Amino acid sequence: MSLTLQDVKRVATLARIAVNDEEAATYQQHLNGIFGLIAEMQAVDTTGIEPMSHAQDLSQRLRDDVVTESNQRDKFQAIAPQVAGGLYLVPQVIE
Amino acid sequence: MINASLSQLASLLADKKISSVELTQIYLGRIAKLNPALNAFVTLNSEMSLADARAADARIAAGQAAALTGIPVAHKDIFCADGWRTTCGSKMLENFIAPYDAHVISQFKTAGAVSLGKTNMDEFAMGSSNETSYFGAVKNPWDASAVPGGSSGGSAAAVAARLAPAATGTDTGGSIRQPAALTGITGLKPTYGVVSRYGMIAFASSLDQAGPMAKSAEDCALLMNVMAGFDARDSTSLERPVEDYTRDLQQPLAGLRIGLPREYFAEGLGADVAASVEAALHEYRKLGAVTVDISLPNTKLSIPVYYVLAPAEASTNLSRFDGVRYGYRAPEYGDLTDMYEKSRAQGFGTEVKRRIMIGTYVLSHGYYDAYYMQAQKIRRLIAQDFEAAFQHCDIIMGPTAPSTAFNFGEKADDPVAMYLSDIYTIAVNLAGLPGMSVPCGLGSNGRPVGLQIIGNYFSEAKMLGVAHQYQLATDWHTRMPDNI
Repeated sequence: MSLTLQDVKRVATLARIAVNDEEAATYQQHLNGIFGLIAEMQAVDTTGIEPMSHAQDLSQRLRDDVVTESNQRDKFQAIAPQVAGGLYLVPQVIE
Repeated sequence: MINASLSQLASLLADKKISSVELTQIYLGRIAKLNPALNAFVTLNSEMSLADARAADARIAAGQAAALTGIPVAHKDIFCADGWRTTCGSKMLENFIAPYDAHVISQFKTAGAVSLGKTNMDEFAMGSSNETSYFGAVKNPWDASAVPGGSSGGSAAAVAARLAPAATGTDTGGSIRQPAALTGITGLKPTYGVVSRYGMIAFASSLDQAGPMAKSAEDCALLMNVMAGFDARDSTSLERPVEDYTRDLQQPLAGLRIGLPREYFAEGLGADVAASVEAALHEYRKLGAVTVDISLPNTKLSIPVYYVLAPAEASTNLSRFDGVRYGYRAPEYGDLTDMYEKSRAQGFGTEVKRRIMIGTYVLSHGYYDAYYMQAQKIRRLIAQDFEAAFQHCDIIMGPTAPSTAFNFGEKADDPVAMYLSDIYTIAVNLAGLPGMSVPCGLGSNGRPVGLQIIGNYFSEAKMLGVAHQYQLATDWHTRMPDNI
């Protein structure tokens, strides 16, 4: 398998990363090298093997449904790129 | 002073032979002198460090000192520390002042340790050479043309160059053990879940684990006593009884069965590394251990499996960096999508973007089963290899890395060659086992060699004892680079 330039651009779009044609060509070369390495996996027979998502067999802990966080809005917004009136600002999304 | 162990430093502090302020100033002085060339630290704040030291001195004077009170510790810049710039080696977080403490940081604060500064690292912990750091690579104190390893290369170089008595690191695929090996220090990646990941900037959440980096196994044991423990804020933190990681340091090794995976001594291992590891094994036999031949047949598959699973988790974790609530935002953009795309394109470095794209691809519709599910299935086979091996041995040993530190630029343009250098460390993360690296010699180029020690789940205390007994019998861990 190998990724086309179109595949690379589609993945970049899904990942929300802007790429120009020149960058896309470099990524294509490197990603195909890496997928060449990854392809070794495909020959392994894994019939009947349970996928392992995690090192420990854990069940999710539950806690009491009570407020544990204090309001630190000013502290958190002090490091935001753009805020006004306690709100995070982004370009307009609704006309 | 700079070669003193942590318990020796604690005695000097307790006996008032030195104050924490004086000790901190010694290290800040060494950093001021040596860091411009090494680039091991990315952020220093002597006022905050000295404030910690003054508080520690007051605590010592009041007779309330704990084991590490007053001792300076350097922190990998992946741990959020309230009021400290926390960059994760990325332009994305170049100006990010963390608004809270990671669990590891608060544990050191509670212990009364001094925060000495934040250490350089591969961007978002993605790298094995420190060359992906936005702030420039760390130099290996043993040889300025050599990489220090990665991703915890700044912490490793800081300890190796005696710019800090000890440091913290994190290990997703070898990021504590490989730089420890390449700089001649001792590092431990604990069992997954033993150290809380709260406030540790996430790379691959099912693999990331924090651990200590220091001059000896004994020091690592003292650091583990501070770092380990249950924390409800990390949903994968394990609820286990508190352990004393120094408890097995004096355990004799007679009868210890050391498993030697034949796949770790096969093609690809440098002859000088093999010779140093063999010499270490000879030493262990003299100490009463026996070696047994074992097999970890799926070792080779750990690299492809890792490079599916880690990028998949990373692509998800790093989606939070969108230029909205914190981090870098592009100066010019059109609509919201354009703002995301430009902020991420400009804020992330090449390796990070490469891995986000791999992850996005393997999780995308139509490829999920072929890549992600297949990788998770092979991950289980890899974990089962270890389970079977531990039926025949108490501990596993082998090289940490196939070669000593390589030169800058040697693998920088070839991601596949770089990834292959993690062949002996990655499987341990996939299985969630604890692993260590201990200095065991110098290679043909005079650069350090690391012996890897892999234990069964929760056997950190035993591993530290196994390493400590070797360090009592040998002096590789006391070797230092010249000119420091």
